[in-house]
Amino acid sequence: MNNAMTAVSNKRTLPDFDKVLDTLGAWVLAIVWISPLLFAAWAALQPSGTALGLDFSSPLTFENFTYVWGAVPWGGYFANTVILVTLILAGQLVLCTLAGFAFARFEFKGRDTLFILVLLQLFILPEVLIVENYAIISKLGLFDTALGIGLPYMASAFGIFLLRQAFKSVPIELEEAARIEGCSWMGVLWKVYMPAAKPVYLAYALVSIATHWNNFLWPLIVTNSPDTRPLTVGLSLFGAPETGVDISVISAATIMTIAPLLMAFLIFQRQFIQAFLRAGIR
Amino acid sequence: MNEMARLQQRRLALYGWMLAAPALALMSLFAFYPAIATFWHSLFTRGTSRRPSIFAGFENYGDLFADPTFWTVATNNLIYAGVTIPVSIIFALIMALWANAHIPARSFVRSAYFTPTILPMIAAANLWLFFYTPDLGVIDQITGFFGASPTNWLGQPETALASVIIVTIWKEAGFFMIFYLAALQTIPPDLREAARIEGAGRWTYTRRVLLPLLMPTTIFVFVNAMINSVKLIDHLFILTKGGPNNASKLILYWIWEMAFAYFDSPHAAAMTILVLLVLGLVAVAQFRLVEKWTHYR
Repeated sequence: MNNAMTAVSNKRTLPDFDKVLDTLGAWVLAIVWISPLLFAAWAALQPSGTALGLDFSSPLTFENFTYVWGAVPWGGYFANTVILVTLILAGQLVLCTLAGFAFARFEFKGRDTLFILVLLQLFILPEVLIVENYAIISKLGLFDTALGIGLPYMASAFGIFLLRQAFKSVPIELEEAARIEGCSWMGVLWKVYMPAAKPVYLAYALVSIATHWNNFLWPLIVTNSPDTRPLTVGLSLFGAPETGVDISVISAATIMTIAPLLMAFLIFQRQFIQAFLRAGIR
Repeated sequence: MNEMARLQQRRLALYGWMLAAPALALMSLFAFYPAIATFWHSLFTRGTSRRPSIFAGFENYGDLFADPTFWTVATNNLIYAGVTIPVSIIFALIMALWANAHIPARSFVRSAYFTPTILPMIAAANLWLFFYTPDLGVIDQITGFFGASPTNWLGQPETALASVIIVTIWKEAGFFMIFYLAALQTIPPDLREAARIEGAGRWTYTRRVLLPLLMPTTIFVFVNAMINSVKLIDHLFILTKGGPNNASKLILYWIWEMAFAYFDSPHAAAMTILVLLVLGLVAVAQFRLVEKWTHYR
């Protein structure tokens, strides 16, 4: 008994070696991992042209930001990205909810085959089919429109799969109770299934927003005017090395474009990570 | 009565179809139809205003195999996959173990690991440009401090692909960490206690208990990393444009280049089909693996 007590108190006063190593390792890796962001933030605040020497005595300036803001219609790009992300998410929520509900709770001929086809789409990436999808979007007359960028992503196999799993885990008794009270199928979906799947919706929405806020290749292909171009495409045109823009200016533009998402993440990060952990996207 | 039940069943089936139909229609339009159309178009020659396109069988595929660029790009992508997949999985696992351990400032550590995930690949490339710039970049400043001469990391064939690979690992490791973190939280702490009482050291516990329990997560992450090794090419547009001399060119970038810079869509289509075949094999392998592992659980 006495021995055990001393052992415990020893442990408290002397932090064990493994733990110190763990902490050190975790911190070093964390600092390495955010250093590109920190350096960029610092470079953005240096006077352009003179920058880059790791000389911390030089004065900080916001002139890069004012220059960048004036050089490109960022306001429009921001608006385009927000519209695009909202449009895609809205489409995905409606389509994936309905399809997920169908696959979770209805018996119909060919359901399992269809579901395998849906899973297969996880591997047929829209990114890979750029050549043909470009032709289709052009034929539909949707070239250079927000809908043209968004439409190929709306029937998301990932979303259907996630919501089907979520709906399947809802106890059938809840549904039966609601039906006895006279709920229609849509009522059951709205009042029983969707509330039960809330954490899944949250996780999916966050993933979808981050994905499409950041998407680049497809928007690059199907846009060609500042009226539809999202931030990523605008940033790539601005940052192209052959334009001869120097690194402080590029850093300022980069920091500016990622700031909204970064701030949203820092505010919601607990929910974000919790959503992932709880929804069990595994 | 029986008739009523059958009628009810048919009505439900109709409902099911109606609910799934919009999603399935869009999916057919933007995934299944284009996949088939891509195959069809890969069998024709490139049409010009003078010469209409004609059926060419598998000639486009033959052209690809005869093109040295194809082999360079395919090799590059194999190296890209071969390095980014295992390295980012190992980083993800280490990050998850640390982010799950009781250490000071844990939430800072977690967000530091995760932050790159939410950045656009284009922005990530811009950030890393600052590291790679010859002479003025962070890396050369550090190595220059120790007397090394400036290196054009992105401009020389020996280091261009490696530079691109590092950015990808930086970008995706934190994302995979989340899945390991989720899995780690489902493992009961008694297991560690039990292993300790049995005299198992930390390494033994990790190897014999933790890793097998994390296997389904590893499969999931592996498949995602594999898909990413085809998909994540945005940074090439900023960093290297596939150069110098194709040294860092990856398949999807090449497809984009063929179709939208050289307007050679038949060869782009043939290359797309080859990628889809590989992805299809991955899909089949994954379903098999998952089946095997769910038997154990």
